[in-house]
Amino acid sequence: MSKANQHEVDEFAKDADAWFRENVNPDPGFMLPLTFMEVGTDQQFEFLQNWQGKVYEAGFLGVAWPREYGGGGLAPAFQNAATDAMRRYNAPIMLNAIGLNWTGPLLLDIGTQAHREKYIKGILSAEDIWCQGFSEPENGSDLGNAQLRAVREGDEYVLNGSKIWTTLGNYAKYMILLARTNTEAPNKYAGLSFFLSPMKIEGVETHPIRKLTGEYGFTQTFFTDARIPADGLMSEEGSGWLVAMKTLEYERGARDGLAGGYMITPLDAFAVIELAKKAQRDGAPVMDDPVMRDQLVEFIIEAQSLNLCKERGHIAPLNEERPMGLSLSGKLMGTEFVRRINEFAIAMQGTKGGYYVGDPNAVDDGLWTRGYLNAFSATIGGGTSEIQHNIIAEHILGLPKR
Amino acid sequence: MENLGQMGFSEEQADLLEVAKKFCRDKSPMDKVRALIKDEAGYDPDVWEDIARLGWLGIAIPEEYGGVGLGLAEIVPVMEQLGRFLLAGPFFSTTMAAQALLVGGTEEQKKNYLPKIAEGRIATLALTEDSGDLNLENIAASARRTEEGFALSGNKYFVGDAAAAEWIIASVLFEQKPALVLIERSSLPTGALRRETIIDETRRAYALDLDGVTVPPSAMLDPALASAALAYIHLCANLLAAAEMCGGTQNVIDYTIEYLNTRKQFGRTIGSYQSLKHPTVDAYVAYEQARSHLYSAAHCFNQQGTGEIAIRMAKAQADKAFSYAADRSIQFHGGFGFTYDCDAQLYRRRAIWHASQFGDAAYHRKKLAELLF
Ligand SMILES: Cc1cc2nc3c(=O)[nH]c(=O)nc-3n(C[C@H](O)[C@H](O)[C@H](O)COP(=O)(O)OP(=O)(O)OC[C@H]3O[C@@H](n4cnc5c(N)ncnc54)[C@H](O)[C@@H]3O)c2cc1C
Repeated sequence: MSKANQHEVDEFAKDADAWFRENVNPDPGFMLPLTFMEVGTDQQFEFLQNWQGKVYEAGFLGVAWPREYGGGGLAPAFQNAATDAMRRYNAPIMLNAIGLNWTGPLLLDIGTQAHREKYIKGILSAEDIWCQGFSEPENGSDLGNAQLRAVREGDEYVLNGSKIWTTLGNYAKYMILLARTNTEAPNKYAGLSFFLSPMKIEGVETHPIRKLTGEYGFTQTFFTDARIPADGLMSEEGSGWLVAMKTLEYERGARDGLAGGYMITPLDAFAVIELAKKAQRDGAPVMDDPVMRDQLVEFIIEAQSLNLCKERGHIAPLNEERPMGLSLSGKLMGTEFVRRINEFAIAMQGTKGGYYVGDPNAVDDGLWTRGYLNAFSATIGGGTSEIQHNIIAEHILGLPKR
Repeated sequence: MENLGQMGFSEEQADLLEVAKKFCRDKSPMDKVRALIKDEAGYDPDVWEDIARLGWLGIAIPEEYGGVGLGLAEIVPVMEQLGRFLLAGPFFSTTMAAQALLVGGTEEQKKNYLPKIAEGRIATLALTEDSGDLNLENIAASARRTEEGFALSGNKYFVGDAAAAEWIIASVLFEQKPALVLIERSSLPTGALRRETIIDETRRAYALDLDGVTVPPSAMLDPALASAALAYIHLCANLLAAAEMCGGTQNVIDYTIEYLNTRKQFGRTIGSYQSLKHPTVDAYVAYEQARSHLYSAAHCFNQQGTGEIAIRMAKAQADKAFSYAADRSIQFHGGFGFTYDCDAQLYRRRAIWHASQFGDAAYHRKKLAELLF
């Protein structure tokens, strides 16, 4: 990776701007998912897969990943410029989120040469969709207790058990999988191993699960004597927990090195201001209601603090005493904010808060109601807000686990 | 949304932050804070001299008036660390008085007083009145022209560090308009100052009786600038208060964590209970947000429009974070939390103090609504 030359970055940004202005299709004729966890129909899937491939072909994804594996080989500033352009034109999300944001960075960080050559390009082009097999029906927050069994037999591992809440499970070609290779390890963590595992093989079955919105997006994934090649083992047997923790740091936004783009449509918190001007209460805009107005200001203060915290995270002397504090709190702050502001936006709409997506009278096409329901995907997925509290308490504040 | 501030941090700020942290930790251990509460003056003159020698009083005074020539942005890290270690003294009052002179004083007054303040001579502001109104232009005290200058009348309250100050700058009505006059404290009649009993015992505040006080003609600050100066003082005070509050929030959280990590009940360290753990995290997150607002406000203080919004957000968030963190700190110390000996009360009292002066979160939200929408 070379260092960024400002002039070159500016030129690149201009190209990206022009490309996204030209290529973003604001209305494909059906509802697009706001996040990678909401891909519920084949139509949505195919559209997003094509879109990501097109962005990659145009040179605006994986810009800062090494050229030898299919990346652009440029400095991160170039990718940031491209991502900014996506935001500017409200481009659709990058579909292959788990590949781009957790698997890819993980492989570039601790994968083998062979892994990188085999997987990186397909991740970027969206030809190879990835999913994540961590949670199990009986073991969610207590991930370290995962029980899906992997038993070594020659050049293969044999898998038995089940994973659940597998986002994109029915579309994925590969899974990052946490499995138990040793049931007699000294503690539950030491018995775990981490695999890059194929999905389209005998013995792997996915059953779509319907979400609270009525749509689809994740599956339960069953493994019945499924055989996978042993070279999919990451690192070594027994180190699965460490690898999984690294993955979760990417997932929770605490590390750099992601491919670029966004996987969750950024919420424009300031759009609630427009809503407050439009919606009516007692014959006047909600904006004129002193109670709602006050709450609105509180949300704007919070929205601004999230932006500022992101910026301050890069200023080392202002993070001296708890260097990881801001990055580890980002998920909790951000996801809870999105949930609450959507809830507030529904409350603003008066009777119309009772509409849902699909009704011609729904405010902003039902964006806020759907947004509120979907917001729980982020306050639960990737480690619940309660677990985030525990993590911040224990790892940042130094409070005891028990 | 335009008008929202950015983040920025200068090398000077970083240096001052480092120096101030060491200095304040060193000079203001808790037994010292406690001892000064009982002391009539309420601060240590030797430490004040050190502060003057460090040049902190001149940070935001231009070089031509004997200062360092930086800005309020560079005072913020200092104020934050003073607040963090509850270091008592007339820094806030004196800095505010200097700013008032700088924006509202005549050239002669600036030349005369600012270099002395930069050297460590103490000054303060007398702004608020019996109405308890936060609006600094709601003034009943007055100045009347006489042969010798001006005769003052009325009462001022919450005059910080007045007994230690050489100069008190008071807001009065002059010819129906707000004006600022500079009073030599030594010229006050006996009994004009009464020490007030205030919630934050680490500070000193006085009621000032202006009846019978006269000042020479040269004592009035530029009347044409008075309204603008009061508006500026209001913002300035809120920025500095937010800094002091952020520092305090950090320390009260650390203080709570220390207890949560040592006290045991039911055979467990109490910090392992989530009903204590999670609110502590909430306090911490609110603190980090407050600190982000603070340094953004410091950075864009001078930007038209943006500065005011950033400062009001910073004070509102600092109030929210500090009040919550200190409130929970009392509760999480159990019976000990109810005692005078537990430091939680020092922070809680200070948070109440700052909420009461220059506007609490709700007050600033109301102002923000007018600015934002
Ligand atoms: C939309 C969505 C997409 C997802 N995608 C994936 C995916 O692709 N791959 C994958 O592996 N997983 C995925 N997940 C699963 C997600 O990671 C888990 O749901 C989550 O970790 C919680 O586990 P659980 O559902 O078993 O809940 P539980 O762990 O049973 O939690 C139930 C409640 O108890 C609380 N709780 C549990 N333990 C504690 C504790 N120690 N302290 C305090 N409170 C506690 C939780 O916060 C929660 O409120 C997804 C989830 C969602 C909602």
